[in-house]
Amino acid sequence: MDLRIQDQTATAVERRAVDAVLGPPESAWAGAARNETEGHFARGGHAARSQRHLLLPTLHAVQAGVGWISPGALGYICRRLTIPPAEAYGVASFYALFAMEPRPPLVTHVCTDIACMCRGSNELVAELERTVGPAGEPSADGWSMWLESPCLGLCERAPAVLVTRAGEDPADRSIAPASAADVAAALAGTLPEPMVPDLVPQRGSGDVRLMRRFGTVDPESLDSYRSHGGYDALRRAFALGQAGVIREVSESKLLGRGGAAFPTGRKWDAVARQPIRPHYLVCNADESEPGTFKDRIVFEQDPFSVIEAMTIAAYATGSEHGYVYLRGEYPLAWERLVDAVTQARRHGFLGEDIMGQGLRFDIELRRGAGAYICGEETALFNSIEGFRGEPRNKPPFPVDAGLFEKPTVVNNVETLVNVLDIILEGGGHFAETGTEGSTGMRLFCVSGCVRRPGLYEAPFGVTLRDVVEMAGGVEPGRELRAMLLGGAAGAFVGPDMLDLELSFEATRAAGVTLGSGVIMVLDDTVPLVPILLRIAAFFRDESCGQCVPCRVGTVRQQEALLRLADGRPRGSVDAEIALLDEIARGMRDASICGLGQTAANAIESAIRTLRPFAAAGTA
Amino acid sequence: MFGAGGGTSSYKEIEETDVIVLWGSNARETHPIFFHHVLKGVRNGARLYVIDPRRTGSAQWADGWLGIDVGTDIALSNTIAREIIHQGLHNREFIDRATTGFDEYAASVQEWTLERGERETGVPADVIRELALTYARADRAEICWTLGITEHHNAVDNVFSLINLALLTGHVGRYGSGLNPLRGQNNVQGGGDMGAIPNKLPGFQDIERDAEAHERFRAAWGVEIVPKYGWHLTQMFAAMERKELRALYVIGENPAQSEADAKHTHELLEGLDHMVVQDIFLTRTAEMADVVLPASASWCESEGTVTNSERRVQRVRKALDPPGDARDDIEIICALAKRMGHDWSYSSAEDAWNELRSLSPMHAGMSYARLEELGGIAWPCLDDDDPGAQFLHGRLWETPVGGPRAPFFAVVHELPVDELSAEFPLRLTTGRRLDSYNTGVQTGGYTSPLRRPETLDLSPEDCEQLGVEEGERVQVSSRRGTVIAPVRIDPTLRPGLAFMTLHFPDQVQTNILTIEATDPKSGTAEFKASAIRVEKLPLSQTDAAPGRVALPAR
Repeated sequence: MDLRIQDQTATAVERRAVDAVLGPPESAWAGAARNETEGHFARGGHAARSQRHLLLPTLHAVQAGVGWISPGALGYICRRLTIPPAEAYGVASFYALFAMEPRPPLVTHVCTDIACMCRGSNELVAELERTVGPAGEPSADGWSMWLESPCLGLCERAPAVLVTRAGEDPADRSIAPASAADVAAALAGTLPEPMVPDLVPQRGSGDVRLMRRFGTVDPESLDSYRSHGGYDALRRAFALGQAGVIREVSESKLLGRGGAAFPTGRKWDAVARQPIRPHYLVCNADESEPGTFKDRIVFEQDPFSVIEAMTIAAYATGSEHGYVYLRGEYPLAWERLVDAVTQARRHGFLGEDIMGQGLRFDIELRRGAGAYICGEETALFNSIEGFRGEPRNKPPFPVDAGLFEKPTVVNNVETLVNVLDIILEGGGHFAETGTEGSTGMRLFCVSGCVRRPGLYEAPFGVTLRDVVEMAGGVEPGRELRAMLLGGAAGAFVGPDMLDLELSFEATRAAGVTLGSGVIMVLDDTVPLVPILLRIAAFFRDESCGQCVPCRVGTVRQQEALLRLADGRPRGSVDAEIALLDEIARGMRDASICGLGQTAANAIESAIRTLRPFAAAGTA
Repeated sequence: MFGAGGGTSSYKEIEETDVIVLWGSNARETHPIFFHHVLKGVRNGARLYVIDPRRTGSAQWADGWLGIDVGTDIALSNTIAREIIHQGLHNREFIDRATTGFDEYAASVQEWTLERGERETGVPADVIRELALTYARADRAEICWTLGITEHHNAVDNVFSLINLALLTGHVGRYGSGLNPLRGQNNVQGGGDMGAIPNKLPGFQDIERDAEAHERFRAAWGVEIVPKYGWHLTQMFAAMERKELRALYVIGENPAQSEADAKHTHELLEGLDHMVVQDIFLTRTAEMADVVLPASASWCESEGTVTNSERRVQRVRKALDPPGDARDDIEIICALAKRMGHDWSYSSAEDAWNELRSLSPMHAGMSYARLEELGGIAWPCLDDDDPGAQFLHGRLWETPVGGPRAPFFAVVHELPVDELSAEFPLRLTTGRRLDSYNTGVQTGGYTSPLRRPETLDLSPEDCEQLGVEEGERVQVSSRRGTVIAPVRIDPTLRPGLAFMTLHFPDQVQTNILTIEATDPKSGTAEFKASAIRVEKLPLSQTDAAPGRVALPAR
C-alpha cells in the first residue's frame, strides 16, 4: 500500500497507546528504529492489511491515552496497519467520541436528548452555562470542558452525564441522575465511584424470565452465574445437537428484538447451511435509539447470560468467531462484559473444546465510539472491519455475506438472552407465552414522565396501559399527553391508544412499532415542539451522509420544523406540513438503510396525531 | 521469448493468478494501469512479491519485498532455482517433456546455496527461501519485469535467468502462469511487432534466416530483402564514433537527453553530417537537427493501431486534425519515399494495415472490422476465425510438444560494470516517478500535484554521515562526470543506495553520471547501476541556481 504519511510524528505516549493494542512494531517499515538488515526485506501485504479490524480499538486507545487523535498518532496507526491516512481520518472523524483537534483530557458529556429533556436536562444545561461556562469551552486551566450529547442510554435515571478522562489512567464514568453540582465536581477532577444502578423495579417478582437473575446473581462472578442455573442451557444444547437447537428456536417462533422482528430460527438455519466458511456471530449491543437502555442493563446485571447464549448460537450455526459490539457510552457494562469474557475464557467456557464437547468458539469485544448508525447491522460490520460505519446495500444479506463478507448471524442482546429459556424449556413451551404472532416475554424501556422509570418485563400482549401503570403512571395531578413508542425512529401515540396491545402484529396494524421496546411518556409539563426539534437535530447529526435522501432529507426536515416552531412557515403551516410529508416519503422510499427510512416517522406521527402546529395555522 | 517478443499472459490472468512476482519493476508508478490488474489479483488473494533495491510504492503493497543489491538479479534467481531443485519442487513432468538443457542448468546453479545468495544479494536467506517455495508451490504464478532487469550490461542474461525459473516450475504456457515484460509506452510492443527492431521483419520474421518470409516480402514489395541485421541504438552510436554512420532519421525519440553518458552522446550527434527529427515536440534532439518534420499525435490525430503488453492490437481513431504543418506519420514517410523514387500510394492507414496482414502471418486474421468487433485481438491471430491468443506457448503442454522445446540457459552472475570503490562508494540507480516520463518530453508540458524537482535521493544514514540536510545542494560525481543536485532524504533507501530520475535533464542531467556499458545482445545501457561519490559544496555554492552542470571530472 502506498502510504503518504504526513510529516508529524507520534509522541512517545501516542506510540505506547497504539503499541498496547497492536504490540510493538516488528520492523522499521512498521515504525520501529531503522536497522541494517531491514534495508533488504520487508513483509506486509495481506498479513498487514488483515489487521485493519484493529483500527477502531487502536483509535480508542489513543483517544483514552491522549485525549485526542493527532495527525502524528494517526500516521503511526496508518503505518502499523497499512491504511491510507485519508481513509483512517475518515474513520476516526466518523465517531463522536473521538476528537480530531486538541481538547482537554476531561470531558463531561451532558445528555440533552428527549428522555433527559423530560426530566430536567434543559435546566441542567442552563445551570452549567451559568456556573461553569458555555459548552465546548475549555476550563481556565485547560483541564476540562463539557459538551452536549445525544442520548447516553441512561434514560431511566435521567438527566444523565458521561465523564471521560483521558491520560495515563483513563477512566469513564456515568452519572445519573446528575445535578449541576455533580458535573462541577467531575469537571474539578473528582470522578464518582462507578455507580451501581438502581435495581430494576420488578426485582424479586416471579413474573420475570429474562430478568430473573438481575439483582440476585453477582454479575462479576462466573461461579455465581453457574450456581444460578448458568450453563445449563449450553449443556442441554449439546444434548439437542446443532439441528435440534435450530429446531427448538424455530419452534419457539422467536422474533428479533432489535427492531426488525426477523425470525431468529430462520436466520440461524440459513447461516448453518452456508457452505462458505468461516461463519461469524455478531451480538449487536450498539443500542443507540434514544430511550433504549435494555442491553446496558443486561450487561450490567447478567453479562454471562449473553455469553452463554452466544455460545449456543455459535454451536448451532457453526461459527467459531463471535463479536460483541457494545455502544461506547456504557463504561460499567463494558467493564463487566470484558471481565465476564475473561472469566469465561479462563474457565474454558470460551476457547478450544468448550465443555469437552469439541466446540471451538471465542468472542472479540468491540466498543462503539458514538455513532447511532452503527446499530444498523451492515454499518456495524463496516465499523468492526475498520471502515466508516456506513450501511451497505442489501442484498447481499448478512446470512450470505456479512462480516468480512462471510455468512454472519447478527442478533440483538435481548434476542440472544431469550434463547436460554427456549433451550431449557423447549421451543413449544416458550411459544405458549405471549400472543400468536409474538411469543415470549418482552423488555420495555420505560422513561420520561412516569413515577418509576426503568426496565420492565412483560409477556407480549399486555397493553400499553399495563406497562405505563407498572411504571407508576404519570405523577399525580399531571395529565398523560403522549407516548413515544420505539424511540426516535418510532411513533408518537396519544392517550387514546393506551389500550393498544403490545405485540408485533397489533402495533403493526395500528401503524406504529415496538422497535427496541421504548415507551417514553410525556405529560402536560413537557412541551412537544422542542422534543420534535431535538429528534430532527438528532437525525441530522447521526445521518452518515452516504446516501442523498437521508443526508439532505434530515436537514430539510429540521429546517421546516424550525420554521414551524418559530411561527414563520414558508407559505402556510399546511404547505410546510405537506413539504415534511414529501421529504418523509423521499427518505422512506430511497434511503439505503433504516435510519433514513424511519427518520421522519416520529415527527410525522406527532404532527398527524398530536397536531402541535395546528394552533398556529389554518389546519 | 522462445522466438516471439511479447509477454505470454493476458491482464485477465494477472487478476486470476495465485502468485505475482514483480521483478525489477515499480509498476505502481511506472505501469499504473497494469498495476490495477495486479491489485485486482491481490484482492482476489494472489500473493505479491516485489524484487527491487528500493522499497518502492509497489513493494509497499507486497507480501514480501526482496531488496537486492543492484545488479544481483542472477545471483538471486540462481539461488531460488537451487533451492527449488534442492527441495524437489521443480516440475519434472514439464522439464522432461518440454525443455532442453536442464542438467547443465541444474549443475550451474548448484553452488548457489541460500547462504551464498544472501551474501551476494543482501537479502536474508529465509526470505529468499520463502519466495522460492511460494513460487514453486503455486498452482499459478506470473513473473513480470521491467527496466530493473533490462537496463543492465547483462540484460539478456537477466531475462534468461527469469525464463529459467518459469521453465523449472512449469509456470509458462498455462492459464495464469507466464512471463511478462511490461512495456513502457502504449505501443512499444507494436513497434517491435511492426519490425522497428534491427533483426526482424514485421511479425518477428528473422531478417537473416527466414527465407520464406524473404520471398513473401520480395513478391509484395518488388525488392530484395538484404539478409543482414541492422544496428540497434547502441551500435548506431558506436558506428557514429567510427564515422561510419553519418546521417540519422529520428522518429519520436530524444537521444540527446535519454542516452547514458549524455555529454558523449551530444558530441556524437553534433558530429553527424545530417540529422532529421520527426516528432510532435521540438525536443532537445530536434533543436540539433538539420530538418524537423512535425508529426501528428498518434493517439488522437491519426488512424491506426497500437499493441499493448498483452499483445492486444487495438484500433486508434483520429479525432482531430493535426495543428499547422504537422502531418500524419504515414503521409510523411510516403512523401519521403516518393522523393526517393518510390510510389507507395497507401490510400489509408487500413490499406497499410492490410498489407501487413498479408505479410505477417501472426496478424493475418486481424481485419479492422474484427478488431472493432472483438475490442482488439491478441496475436497470433492466423485467420478470420482465430479469436487470438490469450496466452502464449500453450504448445509446450501439448502432447507431443508443438514446435521446438524451450531451452534452459545457464547464466553467470556478474556485478555491474561500474564498480564501487573507495573513491566512488555509493550505488546510484535510476528510475521513474508516477507523473513523469523518461526525459519529460511528453510530461513536462503539464503540471501535476505530485511533481517535484529533480533530487539526489539518499538514505537517512548516508545523509547523516555526509552531514547533509534535506534540500541541500551537493556535488555528485561518477567516473564520467559531475552534476549538482539537491538532496532528498528517502527512508525507502538503505545506506549505500542512491536514486535519481532522468525526468528533468534541464535541472540535473543525470545521464552525465550514468555509464554507457551496454548489453551486447540487446544494446541496452546499464542505467540502473553507476558508482558515485557525493560531496558537500562550499558554503557559497549551496544555494546557487539549481541544475547547472559542472565540469566533468576527467
